[in-house]
Amino acid sequence: MFGQLVVSGLAVGACYAMLAIAMVIIYKTSEVLNFAQGEMAMISTFIAFMFIEMYQIPFHYTLALTFLFAILLAVFFELVFLRQAKDPTVLGLIIITLGFEMVLMGFAGWKWGPDQRAFPFPVSNIEAYNVSGLIISKINFWTLIVSLILMLILFLFFRYTKLGIAMRATQQNQLAARVMGIRTKWIFSFTWALSSMVGAVAGMLIAALGVLDPPMMMDPLLKGFASGVLGGMTSLPGAALGGAMLGIIENLFGGYVSLSFKSVVAFAIIVLMLCVKPSGLLAKHYVKKV
Amino acid sequence: MDIKRNYYEDIELFKSNTILVWSILFLIFLTILPWLITKYHPLGLSIYIANLIMVHAIVAIGLNILVGYTGQISMGHAGFFAIGAFTAVILVSNWSFPLFIALPIAGFITSIFGFILGLPALRLKGPYLAIATLGFGMTITTVIKHMEFFGGRMGLQAPKLELFGTPMKDIHFYYVIMIIAVIMVIGAFKLIKTRVGRAFIAIRDSDIAAEAMGVNLTYYKTLAFAVSAFYTGVAGGLFAFILGFINPESFHLIMSITFLAMVVVGGLGSIMGSICGATLMTFLDIKLQAIQDISFIGPALVTFSQKYMSVAGISNIAVIVYGLIMILIVLFEPLGIFGFWIRCKKYWKTWPF
Repeated sequence: MFGQLVVSGLAVGACYAMLAIAMVIIYKTSEVLNFAQGEMAMISTFIAFMFIEMYQIPFHYTLALTFLFAILLAVFFELVFLRQAKDPTVLGLIIITLGFEMVLMGFAGWKWGPDQRAFPFPVSNIEAYNVSGLIISKINFWTLIVSLILMLILFLFFRYTKLGIAMRATQQNQLAARVMGIRTKWIFSFTWALSSMVGAVAGMLIAALGVLDPPMMMDPLLKGFASGVLGGMTSLPGAALGGAMLGIIENLFGGYVSLSFKSVVAFAIIVLMLCVKPSGLLAKHYVKKV
Repeated sequence: MDIKRNYYEDIELFKSNTILVWSILFLIFLTILPWLITKYHPLGLSIYIANLIMVHAIVAIGLNILVGYTGQISMGHAGFFAIGAFTAVILVSNWSFPLFIALPIAGFITSIFGFILGLPALRLKGPYLAIATLGFGMTITTVIKHMEFFGGRMGLQAPKLELFGTPMKDIHFYYVIMIIAVIMVIGAFKLIKTRVGRAFIAIRDSDIAAEAMGVNLTYYKTLAFAVSAFYTGVAGGLFAFILGFINPESFHLIMSITFLAMVVVGGLGSIMGSICGATLMTFLDIKLQAIQDISFIGPALVTFSQKYMSVAGISNIAVIVYGLIMILIVLFEPLGIFGFWIRCKKYWKTWPF
């Protein structure tokens, strides 16, 4: 029972972790909290669904096309809306991303209607592996593998490639990065594109675990925020750890205490964490000077 | 002239005779509005829509006290709205309280929740506060949904209200809401002009400076949350009786965003702006929900939807328009309708220059 709950919690947690990573990538660079993240992922997933179901394109080509769409969507938003804001406040930025969220949500509802659909993922979500008594469904197993690979790629990207190092430099000090010859404006667009791609992967996995319909990302969005807050909104490993922990805690709570109040856990964790250690588990705390 | 000679002139409700005259004219307009609506149906208005607009105006004022005046972001006002609605309905139907006692009680219970949410908010700023309040709003609806006492997933039926033994119609309820709304608007004006309101504004401009000046941050920040929740709770109670039926599913995240949109569109830090914003957004929402009924545009959109989109989801155009309005307001007119009004006024006052 316990092992079972931990394993399925880890798989769900991996999805939360990927959403949280997508948010953290943006928050670290531009201090924008992206409330549209969930809906951007949802739209990308719907596009993938359309490619597979309507045009019968094989899954790996679909993946490439979906990534392309995710990049275009994010860069469009960054260029057309976010960059135009002159001297925006925190509230202004939040309102812009919220507005974009509503636009995307309305568009999805208009285009695809309120029906629930099954996302045609190449791994079945009924069959399962049996590892010495522990039953791991195939989809859970592959979710974990995919998220681990993604995290490894992100780690290598930020550590060793020139672009990754440029992004880290921009995160630390935008002015100094500009002086060093980094085109910080391009870096911002690129950050959004990267985050949107990670979000699209999370969206597809969440749709494969559950169903595909326009409001499907409402709940995972809050969980993604909770994971980010738990691990620290400015730390990528923190977001991954936070997602995994949140998934496990939530599942254990659902298994042992109460299934119907499972989603309250995320809120409790947010409040507790913000009161005890607002910077999160793995992030350094910066004190603002007046 | 705009020069203030003493303190009492500053806290006066009506700054000049012009404002007094316009306020009285506006009140008279509100009083005869139901008659106008039933006789001429301007813009397809109905008394139901007018009621909804006034309730949303109360919420927008409450949220503006928190967001516009105190500078604390809240994305969980649908949660407060739900608490107010459910408390009022339960008080009236289970314990048969009269409406005029049930509403303030609902408001006070909501403000207790506001106070509780205000406590963690003391340590949070900007984006983190947005996350925490977002979580609060979503949690409240989850909890209500899973408790049998609140009717569970099915929601509650609001009892029919009676006035002196006869059942109350929409038009009678209009006057009840109007009186409450006017009282709450005057209350908000008074609140902002007194010591408390100035403390709120000081916290918005710089909380560290405000603390250095002797403003008790703990007290005033939680007070802002409580007052805002009180307004929202009372409005929630009225909303339940307008609809006649409430279920937890309707108090979702989009509703919180809608309230925030009303405040931002109307203008942060302006009570008249909130009223304008609530009026505009509610009216747009109701018109766009039934977009296929509008002449010329409607049928064209339906054929377009049949070809490329889905007809079942055509009411989602309202959500798209809402989102676009929010983005465009922040990009081009950060102070909303109120900012536009100020610009017009300045232009006329200094006209030839």
